Amino acid sequence: MKKTTSMIAAIGLSVAMVASFTPSVMAAKDKTKACFVYIGPTGDFGWTYQHDVGRKAVEAALGVETAYLENVPESADAARAIERFARSGCSIIFTTSFGYMDATNKVAKKFPDVKFEHATGYKRESPNVSTYSSKFYEGRYVLGQIAAKMSKTGVAGYIASFPIPEVVRGINAFTLGAQSINPDFKLKVVWVNTWFDPGKESDAAKTLIDQGVDILTQHTDSTAPMQVAAERGILAFGQASDMIKFGPKTQMTSIIDNWDDYYIERVKAVMDGTWTSTDTWGGMDEELVHMAPITNVPDDVKAMGEATIAKIKSGEFKPFTGPITKQDGTEWLKAGEVAEVGTLLGMNFYVKGVDDKLPE
Amino acid sequence: MLMTEAILLTIFTAATPLMIAALGELVTERSGVLNLGVEGMMIMGAVSGFAVAQLTGSAYLGALGGIAAGALFSLLFAFLTLTLVANQVATGLALTILGLGLSGLIGEGFVGQPGVKMFPIVIPFLSELPLVGKLLFSQDAIFYFSIALLIAINWFLFKTRAGLTLRSVGDNHKSAHSLGIDVIKIRYLAVMFGGACSGLAGAHLALVYVPQWVEGMSAGRGWIALALVVFASWRPFRILVGAYLFGAVTIAQLHIQAIDINSLTFLPSWLFYLAELIKAIPSQFLSSLPYIATIVVLVIISRNRRLTLINTPASLGKGFVPDR
Repeated sequence: MKKTTSMIAAIGLSVAMVASFTPSVMAAKDKTKACFVYIGPTGDFGWTYQHDVGRKAVEAALGVETAYLENVPESADAARAIERFARSGCSIIFTTSFGYMDATNKVAKKFPDVKFEHATGYKRESPNVSTYSSKFYEGRYVLGQIAAKMSKTGVAGYIASFPIPEVVRGINAFTLGAQSINPDFKLKVVWVNTWFDPGKESDAAKTLIDQGVDILTQHTDSTAPMQVAAERGILAFGQASDMIKFGPKTQMTSIIDNWDDYYIERVKAVMDGTWTSTDTWGGMDEELVHMAPITNVPDDVKAMGEATIAKIKSGEFKPFTGPITKQDGTEWLKAGEVAEVGTLLGMNFYVKGVDDKLPE
Repeated sequence: MLMTEAILLTIFTAATPLMIAALGELVTERSGVLNLGVEGMMIMGAVSGFAVAQLTGSAYLGALGGIAAGALFSLLFAFLTLTLVANQVATGLALTILGLGLSGLIGEGFVGQPGVKMFPIVIPFLSELPLVGKLLFSQDAIFYFSIALLIAINWFLFKTRAGLTLRSVGDNHKSAHSLGIDVIKIRYLAVMFGGACSGLAGAHLALVYVPQWVEGMSAGRGWIALALVVFASWRPFRILVGAYLFGAVTIAQLHIQAIDINSLTFLPSWLFYLAELIKAIPSQFLSSLPYIATIVVLVIISRNRRLTLINTPASLGKGFVPDR
């Protein structure tokens, strides 16, 4: 009987969800309408979830109408979804996945009066397209420092998705952070070749723990590694959003993608008529990268982490500052030299101390 | 916990859902029905198992919910292919696509919630045996069930009259019909049994493997289960071998990536050299190893056509309309 009721509840819930599928309509004070195209479900508790938090912030702060489409594949469907939005009266459209790059630019050419904002891309083919991304690696440097302080074995495990510059940058920043505390710190990397496969991610987490790592960090989107870490009683870092409820005694901190301020600023620019095509790559200084509260560590480690965050935020310290040696032993940056943006954007090499061979 | 133990445990967890789903499909195929909807039934089992466990707080009710959902969902397939005699391949594929979409819809509200985990049942005394104690006697209920299921199916198919009837329906539905056997009824039951097993395999994913729900979390495991049935040439115990082999390759490739080569210096030099070579293989290739292994085995098996023919249900995939 209990089972039947729960099944009915599940069905009822799904009906409610269907209702929420239709783009949300708010009482509009202004005819500006902000639209969002998402790669995943808004409840993925990672990447898309954070973009949707930003959308809600826009609604709350500016009182404008917003709409979103979720689970839009990076295929021909993307162009169709974006075009549908452009036709339906959207004034600004945020396309929030790298794979929407060409579709965004294609549709943008057809609708010169609509503003387009593409996340993590680099193509701005017409004056109504902007690109924006975050320096998540700044957060990873802090994670590395905390890991080196907290690890007893001196080895951390890193679950990596795809060998693209974004991920390689994260691995390097983590390693540099860890080495600033313990020069002999080791990092084991496992590539799972997926952004999202909880089963595979948890297998990778178990593997790393079995091989002696006592700190886990990930550049994949599910909460599975956090759950495995909690089960095995080791410490870990969250990813993209605050995952504390998946590991209340496990998460030390988490990199949080904070799009709220950027989205509000850009939509406001449209309302004021001051919007121009820009390329934003901000970090902690521009509030694009937030860190979850540092927990489950002693006070001195917490203080150290917060000090580093403050230094990065003020611009006093940049994670990729020399002397840095590449994995092959050649010198990359001289003492005091700061990495160029171009090198960072196309990063395809490891720094010294990463115990892995970079897949090509 | 010893490292070998830990590795083997991970392999067992990876193999269990594959084995359960493959065993269910084996029974379905032995009755002459080819249901390619395993992936869809599995994901429906995963979402329902998670939902029921979440709403009732019991992982066991969750497992039952997964079984029920898988069986109910397969009923749709049975109705279309057995009553309406639709094409089995097309209907099976449609079932997979429908299952993936529908489960996303049902599970929408459960995304991002920590799930209810099914905890291991430690059997007293036996679990204290070295190595096997931890592996075989400190597992979750679904693992024990999977072993029982294997033995029961093998016994049923080859040692009972009902099993013989089921196989005869799969081998020649016309003869079976002329002997007065209700072909359609038996196939309905076999399809639903397969659905129930797929559902349980899905529930295992959402309750044991990773206690959470996310869209598409079966990630192709249903297709592997389908391949395992052919791999096993429709023999239950070969499914055990196939599933554990597949699990082992999946986990081994992760360990190869993570292992520090310098910790292996105790090995004889030729073995160390071999390890170095394996370690130099790109991870993308290692990730695809389980699939490559499956293909290689399938190729080897299908070389012996006569042996394949003996075990293949002769009416597999063919529609049946009883003459009146």
